[in-house]
Amino acid sequence: MKNGSRISKEEVLHIARLARLSPSPEEIDKLTQEMDSILGFFERLKEVDTAGIEPTAHAVELTWPFREDEARPSIPVDEALANAPEKGKGMFKVKKVIE
Amino acid sequence: MELFRLTIHELNQLYREKKASPVEVARQVLSRMEKLDPEIHAYLTVTADSALKEAREAEERFFRGESRGLLDGIPVGLKDIFLTRGVKTTCGSRILENFIPPFDSTVVAKLREQGAVFSGKLNMDEFAMGSSTENSGFGPTRNPWDRERVPGGSSGGSAAAVAADECVAALGTDTGGSIRQPASLCGVVGMKPTYGRVSRFGVIAFASSLDQVGPLAKDVEDAAIMLQAVAGHDPRDSTSIPQPVPDYRRALRAGVKGLRIGLAKEYFPAGLDPEVDGAVQNSVRTLEKLGARPVSISLPHTDYAVACYYIIAPAEASSNLARYDGVKYGFRSPQGKDLIDTYFQTRTAGFGHEVKRRIMIGTYTLSSGYYDAYYRKAQAVRTLIRRDFENAFKECDLILTPTSPTPAFKLGEKTTDPLEMYLSDIFTIPVNLAGLPGLSLPGGASRTGLPIGVHLIGPPLGEERIFSAASALESEIKWSRKIPGLE
Repeated sequence: MKNGSRISKEEVLHIARLARLSPSPEEIDKLTQEMDSILGFFERLKEVDTAGIEPTAHAVELTWPFREDEARPSIPVDEALANAPEKGKGMFKVKKVIE
Repeated sequence: MELFRLTIHELNQLYREKKASPVEVARQVLSRMEKLDPEIHAYLTVTADSALKEAREAEERFFRGESRGLLDGIPVGLKDIFLTRGVKTTCGSRILENFIPPFDSTVVAKLREQGAVFSGKLNMDEFAMGSSTENSGFGPTRNPWDRERVPGGSSGGSAAAVAADECVAALGTDTGGSIRQPASLCGVVGMKPTYGRVSRFGVIAFASSLDQVGPLAKDVEDAAIMLQAVAGHDPRDSTSIPQPVPDYRRALRAGVKGLRIGLAKEYFPAGLDPEVDGAVQNSVRTLEKLGARPVSISLPHTDYAVACYYIIAPAEASSNLARYDGVKYGFRSPQGKDLIDTYFQTRTAGFGHEVKRRIMIGTYTLSSGYYDAYYRKAQAVRTLIRRDFENAFKECDLILTPTSPTPAFKLGEKTTDPLEMYLSDIFTIPVNLAGLPGLSLPGGASRTGLPIGVHLIGPPLGEERIFSAASALESEIKWSRKIPGLE
């Protein structure tokens, strides 16, 4: 596939919205070009026959142990809030969500 | 006496014989840092006051005969990805510029219990995404061997600090080569253990199925000591391996007699830097002389590993980095009109370009309509890469490869083409995909005096075997840690 045909500016904008990013027009141009070339690089995986091959999510076999469901101390509220950009009444404060 | 040049095991011996004191060593390391770091920029945060306090406490323990072991009183640097209670942790990102964690990561807590002296937090590519430390939100680190060149990445600050004796040893993380590649470029020993061997609790996540913590050290013995100190099961990391941790230092003396050393043709492509090839061939001859036997193996899916990795890692990152929204901690843009707009403004202003691009790639490959073609395909290829290694380890005990295709490159040399930068990790990435342990140690130098690393890969939980071979190699390879022009 030739350059410039794998992903359009509109698709880049759509993906940016999903990722909660608002790139500038210059950044969109740059991202479109870079993502196009990276997606082109991914094409080589098409050569690999993966029919019937199970996907690997984790390289090491994992068993998921259960622990007792018991109350344990956690960090105090003031420590949990210490890094909050804005807080009040023992809570994280954010801008208005709905009108 | 230049105590700052010594290793953990050398310093520990001097401490025990009362020939050196932890306070003296801490002072020397701090003044070394003061002298060199304005140019090298390995550190993002220096914790001089608490380091001196910790050194005094260690000194008292030695005085009372209550030493906590090999790491007691040893100045250790931490990649700025490890949460440190009360000490700023940025992960190399402006979005965490003012983040002060309320707790320690498990590995930091373990080092603290064993008496380590924390010198400070080390520079890195933003969120560990990069191979040169040029993606740091706070400016690049320079390679102590040649200040026009990169130290590698993403644990570039850790590797540079150890190489320049600005700390005695350091911890880094390795998702696709981020410990081993900078170790190779800076002439130090770097190890990525088996996935799950070391707890990831309190380690800022990049790609959770690939991230692993490991040491960067002045020699193989120090790397073994550091891994010993941090390895083991952690109930707070569900991916940590419950198996007991063996005595890694004992493995150092085991030798290589009878070991089969696998050489995979895929790791020696035409056009490989001849000096890098030369260093590996020299290591093969050395191991053979010591009683090991080289065998030819094949890892047929190697060519697909980088593409596979650059689908899987950004996909996991796009999910892990969704948490940076300016609500609970870190930077919040004051420009936001409402909550959703605050998310957009915060993330757009807070993340650097490389991180944004990877979030975008990850969001794209996970988005509906593309998931099967990219993410699921990459996971299947990952299975094949894993099987390659399983098959290879039926025929050999360890695999020897170059760590990096070239010695350290110049700052700015690879920043314009992301793909070129990604290929810096071509020999280290498959190891993360397969969850295996790998170690890079100095294998020689280029004509221009730059370090060249060689890379030993082991089967799952094969750390001891790697240490045996690395230690044997180290004792035979002509290599001086002394950096010309860095007095």
